[in-house]
Amino acid sequence: MDRNFQLVVKRQDQPEEPVRWETFPIPHRPQMNVISCLQYVAAHPVTAEGRSTTPVAWESNCLEEICGACTMIINGRVRQACTALVDTLLSETPDAIRLEPMTKFPVVRDLVVDRSRMFEQLKRVKAWIPVDGYYDAGPGPVTSPADQEKAYPLSQCMTCGCCVEACPQVNDNSDFIGPAAISQAIYFNTNPTGKLNAHERLDALLAPGGISDCGNAQNCVEVCPKEIPLTESIAQAGRDTTFYVIRRWLNH
Amino acid sequence: MAKQRVVVVGGGLAGLAASMRLAEAEVQVDLVSSVPVKRSHSVCAQGGINYANPVTKQQGDSEWKHFDDTVYGGDFLQHQPPVKEMCEWAPRVIDLLDRLGVPFNRAADGHRAHRRFGGTLYERTAFAGATTGQQLIYALDEQVRRWEVEGRVTKYEFWDFLKPILDDNGVCRGAVVMDMMSMEIRSLPADAVVLATGGCGLIFGRSTMSMNSTGSANSRAYQAGVRYANGEFIQVHPTAIPGVDKLRLMSESARGEGGRVWVPRQPGDTRGPRDIPESERWYFLEERYPTYGNLVPRDIATREIFSVCREGFSVDPDAYCVYLDLTHIDRAELDRKLMGILEIYEKFQGVDPRVEPMKIFPAVHYSMGGLWCAFEKDEATGGLNVGSPRNQLTNVPGLYAIGEADYQYHGGNRLGANSLLSCIFSGLIVAPGIVHHLKNLPHGGVGDQPASRFDGAAAACKRHYDDLVNNDGGENPYELHMTLGDEMTRNVTVVRNNRDLEATVTKIQELQERFKKVTVPDKSGWTNQPVVYTWALGDMLVLAEVIAQGALLRNECRGAHYKPAFDMPKMDADEPVELRRQARRWCDAFGKKNEQWLKSTVAEHTPDGPRICYEAVDVSLIPPRPRTYGLVGAEVIEQTWREATASVVEPKTEAATAS
Repeated sequence: MDRNFQLVVKRQDQPEEPVRWETFPIPHRPQMNVISCLQYVAAHPVTAEGRSTTPVAWESNCLEEICGACTMIINGRVRQACTALVDTLLSETPDAIRLEPMTKFPVVRDLVVDRSRMFEQLKRVKAWIPVDGYYDAGPGPVTSPADQEKAYPLSQCMTCGCCVEACPQVNDNSDFIGPAAISQAIYFNTNPTGKLNAHERLDALLAPGGISDCGNAQNCVEVCPKEIPLTESIAQAGRDTTFYVIRRWLNH
Repeated sequence: MAKQRVVVVGGGLAGLAASMRLAEAEVQVDLVSSVPVKRSHSVCAQGGINYANPVTKQQGDSEWKHFDDTVYGGDFLQHQPPVKEMCEWAPRVIDLLDRLGVPFNRAADGHRAHRRFGGTLYERTAFAGATTGQQLIYALDEQVRRWEVEGRVTKYEFWDFLKPILDDNGVCRGAVVMDMMSMEIRSLPADAVVLATGGCGLIFGRSTMSMNSTGSANSRAYQAGVRYANGEFIQVHPTAIPGVDKLRLMSESARGEGGRVWVPRQPGDTRGPRDIPESERWYFLEERYPTYGNLVPRDIATREIFSVCREGFSVDPDAYCVYLDLTHIDRAELDRKLMGILEIYEKFQGVDPRVEPMKIFPAVHYSMGGLWCAFEKDEATGGLNVGSPRNQLTNVPGLYAIGEADYQYHGGNRLGANSLLSCIFSGLIVAPGIVHHLKNLPHGGVGDQPASRFDGAAAACKRHYDDLVNNDGGENPYELHMTLGDEMTRNVTVVRNNRDLEATVTKIQELQERFKKVTVPDKSGWTNQPVVYTWALGDMLVLAEVIAQGALLRNECRGAHYKPAFDMPKMDADEPVELRRQARRWCDAFGKKNEQWLKSTVAEHTPDGPRICYEAVDVSLIPPRPRTYGLVGAEVIEQTWREATASVVEPKTEAATAS
């Protein structure tokens, strides 16, 4: 397949600047992914009309879908650019691939968005194990293989933003912390040591913007590149917060 | 008095380990990273982390044997005291990670499960699926976030390190950094700076490394006066898959879980791998190295793959490629232990490796070399004097190097699953030394420095920025980078020779000249990625010369550095007496080679290129020995060497017996 195809990119120079679309002709090579298209544009920043422009700004690092950096909207679907293979995309839309920045985060430039909110939400739910210190204190708790196999998928969250992008409850009018942070709260609450301050995470999930804002659309689990059972985490969070509220009420 | 501050550059495993340990010691940390720390290159580590564990210890393993495997694997080019200390800490490091919540795979009894890695005969490696690096960095990222909430750590994410700030006495007083969004350049004053800035794979164009593993930060430190050591020791991993944008690693753990490397016995066999019967497959690693099998160390596995491919056995006509076969292993078992890499192969190659053998290629993977740093030996234990401010200290007072950015732990070749350990260990151990340094600052604290020092350093970097952006010579930085990568991959990887290396040094100098005419294709002052990239490229060209020059000058074979012209004498006699004679010659040559070359390459920056000198290696604990890994036919070398070295001490014993 020695042919050109087009990369259509939604661009914006700065947060307050107008949006524009630019089209780049890309020579086809075997085994291309969207990253290699953007690399090509960086080296040849000329549009299909022959106009010189600036290289497209985008975020990336590992290029093997483990760092979470290169999330963007590709042909209308939120995903990582590194695992978006050109031949597969062209089999769906033969002549062009469309790239847009995620919409639930402020655009910094072109395809770069500011996801710092997601990291702030990890602070809100205290997504860490509160160990006493880093001196030698022996091994961690004995864990059954079954528990490890339940925990490991949740621990694979790359904070990439796909679930937040797909969630209808995350919008300009809401303070919803989103599926990733809820799932992380559950992950740490099931850890034998993390459990010791489970109530703090449940308090965070009960606060405004917490679990009650989930509308159960289940889009999150559909788009998660790591197939994290986000809806199970959310259901668990619902049960745990309910019991927690009842227990708290009974104890008063 | 304001709290003392330390700048940590790099938020991978080493930088995070140092940050959390410094924060615990009540030091204020400014953590600078070109990506959100959670996205650092450490996430790409797949297979696991080594330690002498409770199970292997009952099979005869010990921290000492881990140490021995590590220096044998490194072809004895490491200073031994830091390596010994690291291997002794290893069980405690893994316990700590376990307590921090890393979801290590478990055995049926709930204890950690382990697997075997290259260059050892013990199942020493703890792992979390095939995404161990990701899981470890998340655990440390979470701890550092906790300290961020406590106010002890301030993160500067999407900030690029531009240079260290040195005072008139040559003491490091902070760093100049650049916001990669607003392009603001500013100084961060500090009483110590730690560089945890990783490897330099991008100098080779495509490698298994992440896009920010350019080596530019290390190069900037080098250009500011920090020595760079053993640059020529670049690990080429035997098993990766090619891509247009990068080469992707297929973890050694695939072989640790029983994966087998083979080629068809018939060169150019056009049948699919599943149609080739067992008897017509050549498991060349197992055949040549029956003791270690598919788990010989990486330098050897890579050279063997090169060698069979050069003989015509490659399974890809256009590249050096062999099969890595997992198809005989139970599917559920594979999913439980290797899911991460199986998914990578499936997603990028469109083939299920549970069903079809993987096609794999060697790829640049790790830099054993790095910023030179010191250590303080504890004469009583042979390990380190923990808490010494000299540990991990570069030749610039107040400037430390840890993780892949340093040169300390892996010598001529790194063993699989030792890098996660060396990164975390060096991060943990640098902290108490820095705490000591902060209490005994040379020539006063950073507060005694004039403000002009910091303003001046930032202003100089701003001028550099402006010069770069305004330059208009027409050279395309992306094309220069591609040329550099092709040149380095062709001549400075698996097989090296002096004629090509000389040509490469000249080529790099030409590229440095062309770089002076580079045009940055974006003149804007906001999130200007091309200027960050181009700035890094200029520094990569400087470091590339260090690597190529080091390789050119080192006329021997050691670890990953292989020059056929200086290979050991051949062992090809059929006749036993002649074979013994050859073995003696081999051992003589081995002794001479060590006399001449058992030393670290140390490069110092000058405007005319690197000035290279050499430093003796501390081999005070384990004497160097031939590194055969049980190669069939090399037994006689082992035996001859044992006899030769035994005879050095035997006279005393004999004398004692006689009296």
